[in-house]
Amino acid sequence: MTNAVHATGLVKAFGDFRAVDGIDLTVPAGQIFGVLGPNGAGKTTMLKMLATLLPIDGGEAHLFGVDVRREPHRIRQLVGVTGQYASVDENLTATENLRMFGRLQGLSRADSRATAADLLGRFGLEEAADRAISQFSGGMRRRLDLAASLIKRPPLIFLDEPTTGLDPRTRGQMWDTIRDLVADGCTVLLTTQYLDEADQLADRIAVIDRGSKVAEGTPEDLKSSVGASTLQLRLADGTDRVHAAEVVERILGVAPALTPESGRLSAPLADADRAADVLIALRQVGLGVQSVSVDRPTLDEVFLALTGHDAGDQNDPAGPAGDDRHDPLEVAA
Amino acid sequence: MSTALIDRPAPRADAPTHPTVDPDAAVASTRPRNTLRDAASHTMTMAWRATMKMRRNPEQFFDVLIQPILFTVMFAYVFGGAISGDVQSYLPIMIPGILAQTVLTTCMATGVQLREDMDKGVFDRFRSLPIARIAPLAGPMVADLLRYTTAAVLTFGMGIVIGYRPDGGVLGVLGAILLAVFTGWSLAWVFTWIGTIARSAQAVQGMSMMLLFPLTFLSNAFVPVKTLPGWLQDFVNVNPVSHLVSAARDLANHGTVSGEVGWTLLAAVVVIAIFAPLSVRSYMRRV
Repeated sequence: MTNAVHATGLVKAFGDFRAVDGIDLTVPAGQIFGVLGPNGAGKTTMLKMLATLLPIDGGEAHLFGVDVRREPHRIRQLVGVTGQYASVDENLTATENLRMFGRLQGLSRADSRATAADLLGRFGLEEAADRAISQFSGGMRRRLDLAASLIKRPPLIFLDEPTTGLDPRTRGQMWDTIRDLVADGCTVLLTTQYLDEADQLADRIAVIDRGSKVAEGTPEDLKSSVGASTLQLRLADGTDRVHAAEVVERILGVAPALTPESGRLSAPLADADRAADVLIALRQVGLGVQSVSVDRPTLDEVFLALTGHDAGDQNDPAGPAGDDRHDPLEVAA
Repeated sequence: MSTALIDRPAPRADAPTHPTVDPDAAVASTRPRNTLRDAASHTMTMAWRATMKMRRNPEQFFDVLIQPILFTVMFAYVFGGAISGDVQSYLPIMIPGILAQTVLTTCMATGVQLREDMDKGVFDRFRSLPIARIAPLAGPMVADLLRYTTAAVLTFGMGIVIGYRPDGGVLGVLGAILLAVFTGWSLAWVFTWIGTIARSAQAVQGMSMMLLFPLTFLSNAFVPVKTLPGWLQDFVNVNPVSHLVSAARDLANHGTVSGEVGWTLLAAVVVIAIFAPLSVRSYMRRV
């Protein structure tokens, strides 16, 4: 079967800055594929190139075997795009929006009306059907936005950070909706900043950092690369953080990451039992601990393990200083 | 952030039951390009969207309602005596001039509003859909025909209220209005193009003003050309606005279809032929 997405060496340059710098991506049909990365990593830019919204500066991309560069018009018939910000018309009601998008995609008046009613029902928006979009909550807008992408039932759906800014309950609903799409035969390519979202939804995950792919695999592959769990230590007030970091490194053989604002240390654990060894060692040298927890790894830790730097904003492409921002020594100084 | 691994739930019982999506069939059913009929249909849908917007924001109509009335009265009483001796004999010269001016100013709003509109999220979706690239530009312009017509009718109406009696009769006046609306529509492509290249709605407004003032005032709209210095007359005589004003005068005041009508239509067609493709091109380039 043809892959839903097959891209090689994708490049997008804005002046000297390469927002996407040679990414290969293969998404088998019928899967949820997650693209994980911090702000400014190039996720949205990549999606926009694949959706014909930005010209491709280098490399090749095919969706279901159709060349994105050569046949943009066909591509637009195959892909439904839902962006980070709701792209529906503020001046129209929910029904009017869906009917307009239906008409624009060649549905008859009757069909666009029926499709609009069907989608509003499916997304739990019947009651808001004739309300102005300006009265919609963030979650309702997202749902309407997704509904608008599904009018012609495209086989491939791009979701750009579908749950950023949503409350946990709405987020869960969105996840269910995304799973339903795949159960229906769609392929979903989604970008996210949340490891748990990728973990929950995606069959495969690609991690993008500064325009390049730094890792790809199943969620399990990815997490095992950073250790089974993470030790989180909050030091007691006045404790020497640098000294504590040295102790942790001596026991675990890995330098812990220091969170500057709260005096917290975190370090990957191959085995959760090792946490006890760390605590004993800290006690022996007289360093106080306020709280201890052993958690599953977060996106930050995945990033630290994969790229050697944290997953902070990367909006400033010229700033190599970003690399050292959370250097333990600098924080302690 | 701790991330618990939860088993992926089975598809819900109430999951959609309609037929599954078949990628191969979807690829096979794609069409290589839009037909002209598609483009026309998309444009009309976009025009419908624009009229809905007008209905929900009636304040957009203020310029079209107030300007023709205000300018007609102001120009008639301020310049009437100086230029033609009295207001009554100035009206046949001035009303077609105001007609051209109001329609042109209304076109400017087309560009400004397009710029505002293009910054909205919904334009991202328009770009991602397989619709004719010209439709998001042409649609609002079709809807704006309503605005040009309103402005043109009000200008004549106000003129008649203060004593203008067009000798061209109803047909002559209708002809002048039609010509002005068509010319306005063609010139709106210039402002639409500015809308697609400018960075903000304010920039569109500023750039359009720079274009609008010379076009309307360096014409025969308000003063007899022979009172102008020779070098200026040369410009005034080639200015398409002058042709529109002369043609509208001939139609409304004498009921004659003069050669000026031909020149005006030619200029309008040339403007469309140049600026419609330019607009679509720069609209598509925009990120």
